[in-house]
Amino acid sequence: MTASGHAMHDAIVIGGGLVGAAIAYGLQRQGLSTVMLDEGDVAHRASRGNFGLVWVQSKGLGAPHYQHWTHASARAWPQLAADLLAGTGIDVGLHQPGGLHFCFSDDEMAQRDALMGQLRREAGNAGYEYRMIPAAELRDMVPGLGPQVVGASWTPYDGHASPLHLLRALHAAFQDGGGLYRPNARVTAIKAAPRDFAVAIGSETVRAPRLVLASGLGNADLAPLVGLSAPLRPERGQILVTERTRQVLALPTHVVRQTEEGSLLLGDSKEDMGFDTLTQTPAIMRAIARKAVQTFPWIAELNIVRAWAALRVMSPDGKPIYDQSERYPGATIANCHSGVTLAGAHAGLLAPMIATGALAPDLSPFSARRFDVQKAA
Amino acid sequence: MFRRRPEARPAQGGRLVEVFVAGKPVQVPEGASAAAAVLLSGAPAIRTTPVGGAPRLPYCMIGICFDCLAEIDGVANRQSCLVPVAPGMRIEPQVGARAARIEDAA
Repeated sequence: MTASGHAMHDAIVIGGGLVGAAIAYGLQRQGLSTVMLDEGDVAHRASRGNFGLVWVQSKGLGAPHYQHWTHASARAWPQLAADLLAGTGIDVGLHQPGGLHFCFSDDEMAQRDALMGQLRREAGNAGYEYRMIPAAELRDMVPGLGPQVVGASWTPYDGHASPLHLLRALHAAFQDGGGLYRPNARVTAIKAAPRDFAVAIGSETVRAPRLVLASGLGNADLAPLVGLSAPLRPERGQILVTERTRQVLALPTHVVRQTEEGSLLLGDSKEDMGFDTLTQTPAIMRAIARKAVQTFPWIAELNIVRAWAALRVMSPDGKPIYDQSERYPGATIANCHSGVTLAGAHAGLLAPMIATGALAPDLSPFSARRFDVQKAA
Repeated sequence: MFRRRPEARPAQGGRLVEVFVAGKPVQVPEGASAAAAVLLSGAPAIRTTPVGGAPRLPYCMIGICFDCLAEIDGVANRQSCLVPVAPGMRIEPQVGARAARIEDAA
C-alpha cells in the first residue's frame, strides 16, 4: 500500500480468462508482482466454451506473422503443460499427435492442398510440414471413417488440451507464484498516464506501471481509455458433447475431438447472434451433428449429454490484436479467439516482452492500426 | 438389502416377469423398472464410473442421477430406472465408459 491507500504492483492484468491468466502467469514468472482482475460470472467467458484445440493448420494464410506466432505457441505448449503439471499437479491433458481436417470431395481435397501449399510457401525458414492423406490410408489412423470422406490434410503441429483444466492450472500457478487474483473485480475506471495506471474497482484502486487489457470482448470499451482501439465483435460457436466412450479417436480433428475423460466434442459452427448465448438454433445444432456423423457414422449411436454456445472474440480480419499504447507507454492489449492454441505464446513469449516493455518487432503486424482506414481528403 | 413392499403391488393377479441381471434370473413385477430388478438382484454394483472406476447402484430412480446406467439388451449406457422390464431382458453392468460401436466400412 502507498501512503494514499493505493495497492501498488508491477503489473495489472484486466481479464481472468485464458488470455489474461496466461499473461498474468507469465508476468509473475518474470518476477513481476502482478494482480489479475476478473470481472465475475456476468463476463462472457469465452474460455469456458472453448473447443480445446491447439491448432496450427490453416491459420495465417497471407499473414506469415500469424502462422509463425501460432506455430511458435504450439512449440511452447509442451513446456507450459510440463511447468503447470510440476507446479500445480494439474494435468491439462495436452496431446499433440497432429490433427486432421477432412475433405468430402476431390475438389475439396485439391483446394485444401492448394491452401496448405500456399501456407508452406509463406512459412519461409520456419517450415511447414503437411500431408494430404487419402481415405484408404486415413482408415488406419482413425476408426470407422464415413464413406463420404475422401481424405484429409494433416500437420504434425496440431493437438488438443482441456480448456477448463488449463484455466484452472494457470490460475493456480499464478497464485502459487505469488500473484494476486481478484474475483468479482469489475473495472469501473482507468486513469492512464505514461507508466502509471490507476484502475478502479468500485471504491478501491490498484496501481502499476504496466497495464494489460485481456478482457476479451470487454477490451472494445477499455482500449480507448488507454489510447488504443480494439474493434471486436462476438462470433457465436456451439458445441455438442456426447456421453463418454472408451478412447477411440487418437487424433483431434477440426470438427470432432475426444477429451481425456472420453467425451466427444462436436463443433465448428459460426453464427452472428450478437451477445446472445442462450437462444438455441436447432438448424445449427443439426448441422454440427450431421457433419460429425458424416465423418464418423458411429457417433450417431451416442447420446448427446450437453450443448452450449459461447462467443469468439473476433477482430475484423479474425487475427489476434496485440498493441501497445504510444500515448500511454506501459499499456498493452491482447485479444484473440484462440485462447488455448496461443496460451503457450502468451505465457512464454508475450509476457516476457510485456515485462521488458516492448513487443518484438515481428508482432507489429498484429497492431490494431491495421484496421485504420485513411480518410480521403 | 432390498425387498418389495408387500402392499406395493398386488401379489395375486400381478404378474411376475423374469429378467437377467448380470446373468442371474430375477423375478420382478410386470411394469417395474430395470433398476428395480437390479436392486432386487442383490448385485453389488451395476456400473463403475468412467474416470474413477467407482462402483454405483441405482440411486434417484427418477432419471436424474445416471447412477443406474446399464447395458440393456446390448445397448450401452441406458438409464435402467427409466426402462420398464420385459420378459427375458438382459441387464448387464456398465463397466466404465461405453465403447463406441464401430463397424468397418472398408
